[in-house]
Amino acid sequence: MDMLRRSMVKSVGAGGVLAAALAAGLLKPTRVLAAEEWNRAAFDAKEASAALKGIGASNTADSKDILLKAPDIAENGAVVPVEVVSNIPNTISIAVLSLKNPLPLAAAFDYSNGAMPELQVRVRLAETTQVKAVVKTADGKFYSAQKEVKVTVGGCGG
Amino acid sequence: MADPMKIRAKLTGDVAEIKVMMSHAMENGQRKDSAGNTIPHHFIQQIWVEVGGKTVIQGQTGTSVSRNPVFGFKVKGAKAGDKVVIKWRDNKGETRSDEAVVA
Repeated sequence: MDMLRRSMVKSVGAGGVLAAALAAGLLKPTRVLAAEEWNRAAFDAKEASAALKGIGASNTADSKDILLKAPDIAENGAVVPVEVVSNIPNTISIAVLSLKNPLPLAAAFDYSNGAMPELQVRVRLAETTQVKAVVKTADGKFYSAQKEVKVTVGGCGG
Repeated sequence: MADPMKIRAKLTGDVAEIKVMMSHAMENGQRKDSAGNTIPHHFIQQIWVEVGGKTVIQGQTGTSVSRNPVFGFKVKGAKAGDKVVIKWRDNKGETRSDEAVVA
């Protein structure tokens, strides 16, 4: 009981500090949330459909305005370079998934203050799979592009 | 503490091309050691990139990102001399922050 009371006193104290920081304009609420919370539901999802749902992208429209560069054949699935460039206006986020990996979602990035909607990342591919790039725009719409990468030696076990 | 990141920030016009290599095992929890025990997850979950004092990119990553992650970004409106600060935080709560200057 006393433990509970202590932790409540502590959390109220921490909340107070945060509220003061917010009031002083030191922290923007959106930043605080994004910075504190790793999207466990999306990154722990074992199916691509669940991972997409986890980032809010259950419905994506195919778009030719997303350039997705990845090798046709990856001899080593442990290190596969992927590049995404979004030419869709008002792109605010880019995510990369390897659809057949045990945990498909590789990365999700948010862009602001002049950051161009481009991402270069190196991913692991467990087996031959579609790599999917998902783009989110400021109005909350999702677009995607896919490319198959043939994998000679998988990059997840060993 | 993890080894320092290697950060390069090259200016072309008003666009800074930023490349970063992070030193991290990115253990995906699928591998086994020589005794057959599963090596636990240990991977970077969050990344922040600041240019000239403003946060421009915030990212989240999972275990499908390769060991010793390499990322490339482009930031418009950068100037020579702007400070680039990149931070990461992993699933054990370890963090690392390194800096470079746009040149």
